[in-house]
Amino acid sequence: MTDTIDSPALRAWLHEFARRVAENSDHLTALDSEIGDADHGSNMDRGMAAAAAAIDSDPGAEPGQLLKLVGRTLVSTVGGAAGPLYGTLFLRMAAAAGDAGPLDAAGFAKALHAGLDGVMVRGRAEVGDKTMVDALAPAVDALEGELAAGAALDVALAAATTAAAAGRDATADRVARKGRASYLGERSIGHQDPGSASATLLVEAAAATLGTAADGQA
Amino acid sequence: MLPTATPMRKFLNDPGDAVRDSLVGLAAAHPGVLRYDAANGIVVRADGPVPGKVGVVSGGGSGCEPLHTGFVGPGMLDAAAPGQVFSSPVPDQILAATHAADTGAGVLHIVKNFTGEVMNFEMAAELAADDGVAVEAVVVNDDVAVLDRPGTAGRRGLGGTVLVEKIAGAAAERGQALDAVAAVARRVVARVRSFGVGLSSCTPPVAGRPIFTLPDGEIELGIGISGEPGRQRVPLRSARELAALMVDEVLTDLAPAPGAPVLAMLSGMGGTPSSELHLLYGELDRCLREAGVEPVRRLVGNFITSLEQSGAALTVLELDDELISLWDAPVHTSALRWGM
Repeated sequence: MTDTIDSPALRAWLHEFARRVAENSDHLTALDSEIGDADHGSNMDRGMAAAAAAIDSDPGAEPGQLLKLVGRTLVSTVGGAAGPLYGTLFLRMAAAAGDAGPLDAAGFAKALHAGLDGVMVRGRAEVGDKTMVDALAPAVDALEGELAAGAALDVALAAATTAAAAGRDATADRVARKGRASYLGERSIGHQDPGSASATLLVEAAAATLGTAADGQA
Repeated sequence: MLPTATPMRKFLNDPGDAVRDSLVGLAAAHPGVLRYDAANGIVVRADGPVPGKVGVVSGGGSGCEPLHTGFVGPGMLDAAAPGQVFSSPVPDQILAATHAADTGAGVLHIVKNFTGEVMNFEMAAELAADDGVAVEAVVVNDDVAVLDRPGTAGRRGLGGTVLVEKIAGAAAERGQALDAVAAVARRVVARVRSFGVGLSSCTPPVAGRPIFTLPDGEIELGIGISGEPGRQRVPLRSARELAALMVDEVLTDLAPAPGAPVLAMLSGMGGTPSSELHLLYGELDRCLREAGVEPVRRLVGNFITSLEQSGAALTVLELDDELISLWDAPVHTSALRWGM
C-alpha cells in the first residue's frame, strides 16, 4: 500500500513544491526577464507560501479539500497568468479527487490529467505553444503510460520527471505562441519558458515525496 | 543574459509594499475623486456607486500609471483593480470592483488583451454572474506591433484602453444601457491602433534590476507596457524618422478614410520628459496630416506607462460625431479632467 496517496503524502508533495519554488524563485524570475516580465518566481513563491500556510491551518483536510484549498489560494494570491493556470490545475485535480479519501496511483494520475486538461482550456494552449503545458503534458503521458504497464508509482514519477524536464528543455527551441513571450515572436527562440520550468518543479516534487522510494523522506 | 544588478534608486519603503503604498498616496492626493479600499485592493469613485448607472470597471498590472487607477472618477471608471507590478489583478479584486460599481444596471469590464488579464477577468465575470450581476467584457487589442495570427495570444491592449475607458465612461454617465455602452466601447476598439518605441528598460521594485539592457545607441520598436523588449531592436534614429515610422505602422493597419478626423494620443512611457514628448508630437502631427488624416483631438503626456521606461507610444482613433461628443463630455479623474 505504499502507493497510496493520503493527506500527509499530499501535504509533503505540496510543501516540497513550495520549497522548490522558493529555492528556484530567482532562477524562474531570471528566465521570465528574458522573454516575459520578470515576475514568475516572485509570484509563484508568494502563492505557494500562502498555499503552504493555508494547508497547515487545516490539518484535518482530506486530499480533495487540500487540493481545492491550494487552488483557491493560488487564484487569490498569484495574479498574472500563473494564478489562474496553477489555480485551475489544482481545482480540477480537487474535483477529480472528489471526497473519496486517499488516492491510489491511478487516481492521482487521473487527477493530474484532469488538471492538465483544465490548464489547456483556461489558457487555450496546446502542446508546442511554449508554455507550462509543454512540461506537464509529457509528464502526464509518461506517468499514465508507466502505471498502465504495471510500474510502481515511484518508477512512474521518475519517468514523468524525465519527460517534464525534456519538455521544458525543448521549449527553448520554440517560438512562443501564448503569453507575454508571444509578443517577441522569433525573438523568443533560444529562451526556456518559465512556466515549463515551474511545472517541472511540480513533477520533481511529486517524485521526491510520493511512492515507495520517497517513504524514507516523507 | 540577465542584466547586471545596478543600484535601484526609487522612492520606496518595503519594495513588496510599493503598490499599496502608492495607492494610499493616490487616495490622499485626490480625496474628492477616489477612495482606496485597501481590504479589497481596489480603487473606487468617491461619489459612487451612482444609482441606475452602468458600472465601468477596468484593471491590470500596476506600473502603467495613471492607467487604470488614475482614471477612476466621474465620467470614466467607477472602480479599478490594480495587480502587482506588471501582473494581473486576481479575480477576488475584480469581483470586488464589479460589486462596488454595480447598482443593478450591470457592469462593463474593460480588459487589455494580455493572457493573464483576460483569464483573471473571465474568472471574475463567472463569479459575478453567479452573484447575479450582468457583466459585459470588452477586450482591447490595439497594438499593431504584434501579428494577430490564429492560435496566438493576439495583440496587446495599449493606449487604446485609455480612450475606451474615457468614451465608455462618458456613455455610461449619460445613462446608456449596458449593451449600448459595450457597443460604443467595441466601436472604439475596432477603430483604434497603437505603436510604441522604447529607449530604455525599467526596474520593477521587487525585481530590483532592469528587465533588459539596451546597448548604447540602440532602441526597441514595438514595445508593450511591461518593460519587456519589443518586436525589434534597431539603431537610434531622429525623432523625425521615428515619427514617420510610428505613423506608418499605425495608419497602414488602421486604414482610415481619406481626410478622416482622428484623436492622436502620444503617451510617454514614464521616463521621457514633456519637452521630448512635445518635440515628437510635433513631428507626429505633421506626419499624420501629410498622411491625409486630421488630428482634431490631441492628448500628449504620460497616460499609459511602463514605470520609468523612456520612450513613447502613438495611439490613433478614427473619430465620428458620436465619439467626438463622448470624448468631449465632462470627466474628473486624477489624470484626466475637463468640463467639470
